[in-house]
Amino acid sequence: MRRLYGPAGWTALGASAALLFVAVPLLSLAVPPGSAFHLSQYWVTLLGKIMCYAIVALAMDLVWGYAGILSLGQGLFFALGGYAMGMYLMRQIGREGQYQSDLPDFMVFLDWQAFPWHWWNTDQFWWCALLAVGVPGLLAFVFGYFAFRSRVKGVYFSIITQALTYAAMLLFFRNETGFGGNNGFTDFKRILGYPIATAETRVALVVATGAALLGTLLLARWLVTSRFGRVLAAIRDAETRVAFCGYHTLHYKLFVFTLAAMICGLAGALYVPQVGIINPSEMSPANSIEIAIWVAVGGRGTLVGAIVGAGLVNGAKSFFTQAFPEFWLYFLGLLFIAVTLFLPRGVVGLFARRGAGAA
Amino acid sequence: MNAIALAPSESPAAGSVALGHVARPGLDLSHGVVLYLDDVHVSFDGFKALDGLSLAIEAGELRCVIGPNGAGKTTMMDVVTGRTRPDSGRAFFGQTIDLTRLSEAEIAQAGIGRKFQQPTVFERLTVFENLELALKGDRRVRRTLFARLDGQARDRIAQTLERVRLLGDADRIAGTLSHGQKQWLEIGMLLVQEPKLLLLDEPVAGMTDEETERTAELLVSLAGAHSLVVVEHDMAFVARIARRVTVLHEGRVLAEGPMAQVQADPRVIEVYLGR
Repeated sequence: MRRLYGPAGWTALGASAALLFVAVPLLSLAVPPGSAFHLSQYWVTLLGKIMCYAIVALAMDLVWGYAGILSLGQGLFFALGGYAMGMYLMRQIGREGQYQSDLPDFMVFLDWQAFPWHWWNTDQFWWCALLAVGVPGLLAFVFGYFAFRSRVKGVYFSIITQALTYAAMLLFFRNETGFGGNNGFTDFKRILGYPIATAETRVALVVATGAALLGTLLLARWLVTSRFGRVLAAIRDAETRVAFCGYHTLHYKLFVFTLAAMICGLAGALYVPQVGIINPSEMSPANSIEIAIWVAVGGRGTLVGAIVGAGLVNGAKSFFTQAFPEFWLYFLGLLFIAVTLFLPRGVVGLFARRGAGAA
Repeated sequence: MNAIALAPSESPAAGSVALGHVARPGLDLSHGVVLYLDDVHVSFDGFKALDGLSLAIEAGELRCVIGPNGAGKTTMMDVVTGRTRPDSGRAFFGQTIDLTRLSEAEIAQAGIGRKFQQPTVFERLTVFENLELALKGDRRVRRTLFARLDGQARDRIAQTLERVRLLGDADRIAGTLSHGQKQWLEIGMLLVQEPKLLLLDEPVAGMTDEETERTAELLVSLAGAHSLVVVEHDMAFVARIARRVTVLHEGRVLAEGPMAQVQADPRVIEVYLGR
């Protein structure tokens, strides 16, 4: 406990938890919609979405901020987790689709008679939950093993992770892949038997997301304050030196890369039931770059910065894309340049005490 | 991760009958040689960095290796530490450990420590944390997740801090140390690793005269319990610490012997002064 955060840190965490687990349910469910204090579904969903992004940002900070591996493929792991949950949600539609078939509409449309092999057991929630973290984890493990063993580093690693997510996007665009092609999955009706669009379900999802975010933060904090975390920071600063100290740097990088992919998968699985859609555009290379921008804006290697960055950028995004939709990408680009030039330690760096160690 | 000793030699029957002693896992110094290089060749795009280098370092020895730029000094260290694989030739640590088959991390765990030419420390960690990571111990991921420093480890780090004169700087971020202090921190990191063989690439580069003198004392005091190979350009420093000196030239040993003898060798003079 004491190792993770000081009294101020724990107080702030407790306050956030109280706000999330008590104030949000109360304001959105108990306060009538006419009241000024009512939290509308729009805000509940936005909060849930941003918290999912914050979980992804935490994973990115572990990989990039601490281990120094600039992976620009985290969006892929997020999308894979989303697709795994999406398969379950599609099965939950049952016969209420357009064609009243056991198969999802897109399969009927393709004239398929039965579920393809990879849909096996996807009517089971536990199985899909397992897939949501297991598939990204396995992919990251295999990909990371070959990349790190071949000593692919720096910008080269960034480029091949971009290529990986782009290749996956093209694969998922194809109807034959069995994931609904470019439309992906949508029109969800239920989750765990409960109707998905009611206020109660949405609040339950937000609370679950909040719990996942807090859990991820504590796990990440525990990791980076352990000797393992110091080895990661050492790899970031002088990898050869770490190897000559007798550490197999491959194992360390692979562990953190795989763990981060699993965390991204979890975030994706929480994201899809809240936004109600998953399609291959989530795998577009730009999405993964945006994740890196959240972390850079908030401040690398701080964990809290990742959450702040995800919140700030996505808050600004939901405002901009409504007010001036055509300028959002320019703004994002400018923001990244400004942060790189003027705030190398991110927004959190403005408030951090001078001389506080990054590790 | 202890599979450093070669598997066949662990068979007690074969070992005891054929060799008269049982080869144990780990470093075998039974013949008094800690490092043995035999006819090692390394070339990069046609440039022969090592061209038939043969060298034997005795256990407990302090050997200085000198030679003009491009003589192959750093490549030799790269071969010994697993950073570069030789094209041909043999490299053994003790009697049994084949260095050409092990990774950098395995070689370090087997007991070879290396100090780089440029001081290489973990800049954003504290001096104490730098030593903590280098401290001899279990290097597996799952161990480092739950690792805690016991009193013995803290004592060991404190002793080393004192030895490299950084006791007052334990909580400083390593990146803020002076050049000479970084060199010392890196030597400290080598010491807590408890290697049998230390390779030091220009350990006194950028040090003040006083720091150089203290480094010389430290290295001389380490010889005996450890074996040391020091690559250095500073001839006064070499003369101060060396018992035996090896001169490399064009990837081969040009001369070897006591400093005075080597300095008087006409071939050495030719290489250093003749062109």
